[in-house]
Amino acid sequence: MCVSALPPQSATFEELAMPLFDQLYNFAYWLAQNREEAEDLVQETFTKALRGFGSFQPGTNFRAWMYRILRNTFLTSRSGLKASTVSLDDSEDPASLLPADPHTPESILMDRSQQELLRGAIDELPVHYREVLLLCEVEEMSYQEIAETISVPIGTVMSRLSRARAALRAAVGKKLQRA
Amino acid sequence: MNCEEARAQLDTYLDGELPAEKMRDLDAHVRSCPACAADVLARVQLKRSVKAAAGERYAPSATFRAKMQKQVAARPRRSSVFGWVPAAVFAVLLVAGAATLYVGRQNLRRAQVYSEIADLHVSTLSSANPVDVVSTDRHTVKPWFQGKIPFTFNLPELQNTDFTLVGGRVTYLEQTPGAHLIFQIRKHQISVFMFPENAADQVLGNPSGVEHKRTFNTATWTQDGLRYIVLGDASPDDIRALSTLLRSAAHA
Repeated sequence: MCVSALPPQSATFEELAMPLFDQLYNFAYWLAQNREEAEDLVQETFTKALRGFGSFQPGTNFRAWMYRILRNTFLTSRSGLKASTVSLDDSEDPASLLPADPHTPESILMDRSQQELLRGAIDELPVHYREVLLLCEVEEMSYQEIAETISVPIGTVMSRLSRARAALRAAVGKKLQRA
Repeated sequence: MNCEEARAQLDTYLDGELPAEKMRDLDAHVRSCPACAADVLARVQLKRSVKAAAGERYAPSATFRAKMQKQVAARPRRSSVFGWVPAAVFAVLLVAGAATLYVGRQNLRRAQVYSEIADLHVSTLSSANPVDVVSTDRHTVKPWFQGKIPFTFNLPELQNTDFTLVGGRVTYLEQTPGAHLIFQIRKHQISVFMFPENAADQVLGNPSGVEHKRTFNTATWTQDGLRYIVLGDASPDDIRALSTLLRSAAHA
């Protein structure tokens, strides 16, 4: 549980939202995959959040609330609709439970020169995988927070994460082979 | 715990979401299983790599940051849309309350002043020597006050009127010295008080016409820096007539 995500009763919207600005922008860019759309997305998110701030319950998770608005805004945008048309099967996939490919030299990814390769692999993930992966690894959200953000049960968060990681591993492996 | 069970929980384990007792079991398994330990290492590295590659990957431009900062700057506090309503209601009530209180106090003060004036009038008339300067001549009475009160005044010419001047004395209203003159019309005696304008905090104001206070008829006004109060059991018309004489004399 991220205690710092719980805002004080009387904080202003600015006090709560501006510290999240950089992260939200980064996340928006990862979803939209271009600068203009990322800016539009963040701006619309802030506008919606400001409008709804009166109804925001203090003591609940402000960060998850902001990410949820951003994500929903993206999913209803044109590129969001296009990106999310790939249907996902959230049922347990035994394949995702397989061990990491022992032949994938993952240590190579620690090398900064390989970051572009990894970024390319993340970009190619279906948006539903990309978002849970980023919320978990980059935003370091708990499963509970992720569940709140993307409005699914925790079990779904876990299975999607597992599939996202397996897909990422596979994509990286392919890219390394090609390289 | 076998490897299959362990690997199904590794991600949850590394995400720090595994319950404590399962965490201990998994720890024990990974320590004793080189294959699972290698798997843990690979997954940890992938986690770190994703964080490094994707975190802070895209930074907003200074222009966009400034734009957003401006958009959210100085926005009211949470629930502020409705928050100001109770505040405003409270403020209005406070002002109304203060106003009521103020008006109430002013009314109370005014009543106190009239009460004091009426007392002066009554006690003076009941005295064996109601006035200290006994004269029907305004040219005797006015100089008598010289050096006794911190102001001077003009008195009306009463010839061709029903009023006669009885005399005068020095008096005090709330520690402010003033002149107390007594006039007579037929059998009625009327007190005319003169004080500096700011006596009694100017609480009496400038009501128009003759008012009925404490069973007496009374009129009051300020003129040329003086507060005039006319009070007696004479008719309102008599009070008004005397007031008019005094007003015109003050102008002379």
